[in-house]
Amino acid sequence: MDTDKADTGKWAETVTVEPPVAREMVRFDKVVKRYGDNVVLRELDFHVAPGERITLIGPSGSGKTTILRLLMTLEKIDEGKIHVDGECLTHTRRGDREITADEKHTRRVRKKIGMIFQQFNLFPNMKVLRNVAEAPVHCLGLSREEAEARAIELLDLVGLGEKVDSYPSQLSGGQQQRVAIARALAMQPKVLCLDEVTSALDPELVAEVLNVLRNVAASTDITMLCVTHEMKFARDVSDRVLMFDKGQIVEQAPPDKLFTQPEHQRTRTFLRALLEEH
Amino acid sequence: MIWDWDYTRDILPDLLRGLVVTVQATLVGSVVALLLGLVFALLRRSSLRAVRIVTGAFVEFIRSTPLLVQLYVLFFVLPTVGITLSGFQAGVIGLGVHYATYTSEVYRAGIEGVPRGQWEAATALNLPASRVWRSVILPQAIPRVLPALGNYVIAMFKETPLLSAITVLEMLAIAKGLGSQTFRYLEPLTLVGLLFLLVSLPASLTVRRLERRFGH
Repeated sequence: MDTDKADTGKWAETVTVEPPVAREMVRFDKVVKRYGDNVVLRELDFHVAPGERITLIGPSGSGKTTILRLLMTLEKIDEGKIHVDGECLTHTRRGDREITADEKHTRRVRKKIGMIFQQFNLFPNMKVLRNVAEAPVHCLGLSREEAEARAIELLDLVGLGEKVDSYPSQLSGGQQQRVAIARALAMQPKVLCLDEVTSALDPELVAEVLNVLRNVAASTDITMLCVTHEMKFARDVSDRVLMFDKGQIVEQAPPDKLFTQPEHQRTRTFLRALLEEH
Repeated sequence: MIWDWDYTRDILPDLLRGLVVTVQATLVGSVVALLLGLVFALLRRSSLRAVRIVTGAFVEFIRSTPLLVQLYVLFFVLPTVGITLSGFQAGVIGLGVHYATYTSEVYRAGIEGVPRGQWEAATALNLPASRVWRSVILPQAIPRVLPALGNYVIAMFKETPLLSAITVLEMLAIAKGLGSQTFRYLEPLTLVGLLFLLVSLPASLTVRRLERRFGH
């Protein structure tokens, strides 16, 4: 009798505390992406745990940015599947058949993902405040007042509270990127893709953006996938670094291990080239 | 032939009445051209292949046939299938649809000029397509093509004399009528030219100012 009770309790606990879907926030299953004859990703398998921060490194053309773009649905997948938070992003069920996801399904799952771009991509026709508040109004169903109040909070968080009435063109690159961070966070994503977010910035503006991202990493449990050449930042925030080459993972390890004792020759030459460049 | 100032004074009020009709036709025609052109431009980007093809074919057909023929069809042929339009109605529809095929190309260029990153940011924010168009793409695409659109409105204004062929009493029709009564064409036709200039010159200057303001 007692054992029965204990078993039920244990079972209930497992179900509520650790639903099986939450083990992986992002999962790529044998993902293939081609541009014409050029195979960018070849049967790529990998997953990211909830709250995990991973950094993707590798030479240009190794497919790392493509991974973020596929996840954000900016590119169409050729083969394989991508799952986000226990739901399939790329496919949906119709009856007992699995078909390519339609717009409605895509939008529902995509809600969980946000992205910050190399070129910021703020909307130049909107003031900073509306840049941040627009999507929450139309996608999360917030009232304009509510969305703007939250936007101001987020802009304060990235240190731009006094710039709400500026247009993006009146801001420095670093400030624009911080607005872009606030804009992405306003959608309350579970997964955030960072695509070379400091590559377009003047060197003296890189630090302010990375500091904001460090704060975001420290104060939220958002899962992050980061493509960057900022090795110090990668070391500071990431739990795992994945080295890519020719569309496949060469090796992966925690940053301390991968940056100091890489196992593969390919990783060593890449890191050496990166050091010389800086 | 000597310029007759008394005759000029006599006919000016008639010609000004004609100018009003000319301006009205231009304004209503512009509204049709500017709205329908945008509709064409959007339909030509539809995700449905059939919609793209049908719209494309229609636009190509209208653009490749003379406006005068289209006006005749609207005014003389449509009544045979039970659709009777006044000269003015047929005129503004003809002008509007014809110029919509040009403005749709202008809109297309404006839409394609919006950087891809804007679409991508909108996707990343999960904005619905209709909202992306209204809040992001068109507010950026339209300002930079305003000068080109303005030039088509001016071109349309200068083509309104074609409406005289379908009984619309715009300026040229009135001038021709006056000429045939008095056998003096110098004054009415010169005045028509001057009145056109009087409107289109400031309009051109406005377009040039738009060009400066919105760059490129």
